[in-house]
Amino acid sequence: MSFELELSNGQFCIPECLVCKKIVWPPAEFCDNCNEKISLKKGEFEGKIIEFSKQNENYFCIVEFFSSIRIIAKMTSNPKKDQIVKISKCGISNGSYFFHII
Amino acid sequence: MSKVGIIAHGTSQFTKEDHKIESILHKSTNDLFQKNSSIAKKEIDAVLISTNNNSKYLSPILSEMSGIQPKIAHSIESLCNSGTNSIVSAFSYISSGLADMVLVSGAERYDSPGQILEWDNSRGEFKHPIFWASIFSKSYKQEYGILDEELAIVSVKNHKQAKENPNALSKKTYTVEDVMNSKKLTDDLRLLNCSRPCTGSASILLASEEMVKKYTDMPIWITGIGQKTTSAGFTKNISLSSMESTKLAGQSALKMANRNISEIDVAEVHDAFSVCEPMILESLGFTKPGEGMKMIKKLHETNNFMINPRGGLIGTGHPLGATGISQTIEIVQQLQKSAENRQTDNPKIGLIHNMSAAATSSTVLVVEK
Repeated sequence: MSFELELSNGQFCIPECLVCKKIVWPPAEFCDNCNEKISLKKGEFEGKIIEFSKQNENYFCIVEFFSSIRIIAKMTSNPKKDQIVKISKCGISNGSYFFHII
Repeated sequence: MSKVGIIAHGTSQFTKEDHKIESILHKSTNDLFQKNSSIAKKEIDAVLISTNNNSKYLSPILSEMSGIQPKIAHSIESLCNSGTNSIVSAFSYISSGLADMVLVSGAERYDSPGQILEWDNSRGEFKHPIFWASIFSKSYKQEYGILDEELAIVSVKNHKQAKENPNALSKKTYTVEDVMNSKKLTDDLRLLNCSRPCTGSASILLASEEMVKKYTDMPIWITGIGQKTTSAGFTKNISLSSMESTKLAGQSALKMANRNISEIDVAEVHDAFSVCEPMILESLGFTKPGEGMKMIKKLHETNNFMINPRGGLIGTGHPLGATGISQTIEIVQQLQKSAENRQTDNPKIGLIHNMSAAATSSTVLVVEK
């Protein structure tokens, strides 16, 4: 299963190397460290808000997972720096990824 | 390494007009040849095109339209720093001996596909550059206690300087209040904090030492080159209040030129958004971290055009593929003392900073008389 296929089904996965266990981000088919195949770890992962700003009623936040994955995600409630969050909804719309956090 | 100099340049007006990319490229190239009629086109070994436009075979097309039959003809794309990257490629062709004279021509349309990097999906639905600029602004303001009103001075200064640049997109001057009251794009970014994509082109002719001596008695030499790419995605930036690629590229360029940042008399830096200018000045070492705005305020108050004399990207406009070349032309004019109302006080050493995609890649050039 590919990262994008999982994401299009609403599942955010962690791409991790089968051999050296490095988390590879952005997601790719092969490890950027040892060039081996990547596997996808499923679960409900907790991330930390690194920085954020606001457009209209929505906040956009840089969220970090496992000190190596960073995404920009939408949040409707007032965020705080270092706040621990989870992805509530994600997917692909018109070719672009989207991530919502709570 | 053999010396490489700049012997001629041309530019078009930067506008919001709708023209074909081939026509835009031809404008600045034609301007170059009109102003330098002694240059023998048969001596041009390479024609390099800097653009993010999707049109194909642009170098052979421009060569044909300009009456050149080069040995080497191709395009170079690297988003916003395509221009200086093309100049570095031209430098490499000449210093390696593969070419004696290289024409570098950059152009872009106002609707360039290079404005948004579609690949960087880690930004989710927030792919437009205003979102990374907002995050940089928020982070920089918080870290150093800078106010929105202070960042607005960058835009005020650069629009003021652009008014003295006949080719600039901006023809107006603004106050801090104008910037603060311009359209709110996000909580941390107003419309007048942004450079604007536009239509424009710039061309420059690089040559070997032998050719330089043949064609000009006012050569400007490229003495330092530094490039660094840290990633291709904004979210990979470790610091959100400084620019690592800029710091490393600046250090490399100054080392190659055997110069210190305090020796730089005039510079064009990549102010895609207001916050970029103090971040760049700090990352290049012009000031300590957090003191970039102090320098900018002082320059503005004393009407000193040392940084971004042509008006930067905010005042001049940002036709992506042409920007790095236009920046370089400005510094060449400054060193040749032909910058008219924008002329700084007797500059001898200049610096050009050009970057891409939220500073994930930077190119720095040092040029001297």
